[in-house]
Amino acid sequence: MSDRIFGVFGVLLAIGFAFAALQIEESFLSDAVGPKAFPLIIAAILGISSAVIALKPDAAPHWPALPRLAELAAATVVMALYAHFLPVIGFVFATAIAAAYLSWRLGNTLLLSAATGIGTSVGIYVIFHLVLGLSLARGPLGF
Amino acid sequence: MDTLANLADGFGVALTFQNIGLALLGCFLGTIMGALPGLGPSNGVAILIPLAFTLGLGPTPSLILLTSVYYGAMYGGRISSILLGIPGDEPAMMTVLDGHPMAKKGMAGEALSLSGLASFVGAFIATWGLIFLAPQLVKIALLFGPAEYFALFALAFMTLGGVSSTNQAKSAFAAMLGLGLAMIGVDTQTGVPRFTFGEVHLYDGLDFLVAIVGLFALSEVFIFLEERHGNADAGPSKLVIGRLTPPMSMIKSCTPTMLRTSVLGFIAGVLPGAGASLGSFISYSMEKRLVDKENTFGTGDPRGVAAPEAGNNAAAGGALVPMLALGVPGSGTTAVLLAVLLSLNITPGPLLFANNPDVVWGLIAALFIANFMLLAMNIPMVGIFTRVLMIPPKVLMPIVAMVSFVGIYGISGSTFDLYVMIAFGVGGWVLRKLDVPLVPIILGTLLGNAMENNLRRAITIDDGNWWTLIDSPLSITLWAVAIIGFVLPLIIGARVKARMHARGDEEGAISD
Repeated sequence: MSDRIFGVFGVLLAIGFAFAALQIEESFLSDAVGPKAFPLIIAAILGISSAVIALKPDAAPHWPALPRLAELAAATVVMALYAHFLPVIGFVFATAIAAAYLSWRLGNTLLLSAATGIGTSVGIYVIFHLVLGLSLARGPLGF
Repeated sequence: MDTLANLADGFGVALTFQNIGLALLGCFLGTIMGALPGLGPSNGVAILIPLAFTLGLGPTPSLILLTSVYYGAMYGGRISSILLGIPGDEPAMMTVLDGHPMAKKGMAGEALSLSGLASFVGAFIATWGLIFLAPQLVKIALLFGPAEYFALFALAFMTLGGVSSTNQAKSAFAAMLGLGLAMIGVDTQTGVPRFTFGEVHLYDGLDFLVAIVGLFALSEVFIFLEERHGNADAGPSKLVIGRLTPPMSMIKSCTPTMLRTSVLGFIAGVLPGAGASLGSFISYSMEKRLVDKENTFGTGDPRGVAAPEAGNNAAAGGALVPMLALGVPGSGTTAVLLAVLLSLNITPGPLLFANNPDVVWGLIAALFIANFMLLAMNIPMVGIFTRVLMIPPKVLMPIVAMVSFVGIYGISGSTFDLYVMIAFGVGGWVLRKLDVPLVPIILGTLLGNAMENNLRRAITIDDGNWWTLIDSPLSITLWAVAIIGFVLPLIIGARVKARMHARGDEEGAISD
């Protein structure tokens, strides 16, 4: 069933891709092939392979139960928040929080997670910024 | 002896303090990444690429660092295979079969040192193979015109699934997805924007490094979040290593095995779509057939440890041949190494040997140096790495995630790139669940523009005649090989894959 849905999604993606390819504006200085041809070939093969996937599906993979999916969604949100707040609150704080969260969700106790988070953050800061001179996001406190 | 003179120049390039230091660092990190289950050569190299850039390393030093990581990971994979019975990465899958039983018999030290030696022999022979074969391949490649290059790229995509691929439709889907992603951005020939939907960030195209790190490293974190929750303890309570030198008699009995499997592994590595996992698999199978008279393979036979290790390390070296000489990688990790070259504005392929001999030969010399370093690290100092295995994923995975973020942010300083990377991480997780291979996606994003340019150049030269693509014997041959390579797995693929997985645990979902 998963593969059927995936295949149908792929076909829709191919159609969307082909449609977007047709919208490309031709330049008056075009070569013999132009900017549309190759994307259209890609869309065609994408569509055919998706159709094959939908028509001849593999055995369904083992999808995690709803709580685990929620877990993954939460991790994604945390990462997105991390990306958003990184330039705002600075590297060290943002990283410590995000790493501690991930460690906690992977089964560490709260205390050890906090230690992992701080350790990761400070460790990366020392190695990559202080030793190797990589520029990391600066927060209001300068780190 | 032009080749040896070139090699001597290469040593001149490689033997600086910086390069030796980088090789040492790369070997060390690579061995650790190979040893840790869940971090393989491709994600190992992937998370380090952005760092190599942001540190402002030149082309040769970056390549030395990252290929050392690559070779190191191939060595390191065996450590957890032998000690824990869990392959550290996919190429080390076959080492579990005899390595772990040896460890259980109290011969862990012998197994580790013997496999270290076998890795060395495999990699050493493969590096010589690279030296002699790559320039020959370059001579052929110089005959290639745009039409032949287009056919060659097609061949790379069509054979990438390899003979162990079970679902060619999914490989094709992945390749087209990658090519499609490469189309995003301003068209290089006419200057019109494509698939950008008015988003300014997309005009330059997607940075393939962002895609690689997201697909490989972040999706691994998601896999762990999904699967390893609760039982996220890796370390065994105690590891008894024992003596760290194999007896001479054991080395003697394994020597023919190592030499044979090194050659076989090298060939498997050079062929498109095979890579190190297959190298170790066919090496083990062949040796089992040839020398397993008393049916001791699978119960802790030293030859069963030496064979796959020599095979996978030789294949790792062999896989560098098409990547350097043709610019078309045959495996996941070499695809990632190609990304390094492209980001450094070096186009691999025949011209690389002519225009940047210092890069090529410096790299090859560095491979020799790295190989000796790895031998030293992996036999006397293997104890350090066994301790690394004690790091549980709940500590390791947050570090992997954060280093990925740091690397990508370090390149561009752009939050947008981080969002894109997270999207690739989630997408990579879904695709891995659906058993869609990730390597063709990477290769597509890397080669898409070059492939399109060759197509357009070929047709423009011939005044819009599409038949020019199959106009020369060379391109017809390439297309024929491509089609055979695509169709063959449909016939025998399921069988090969079933046998590979029947013999080893399925661990580390990304192939080498």
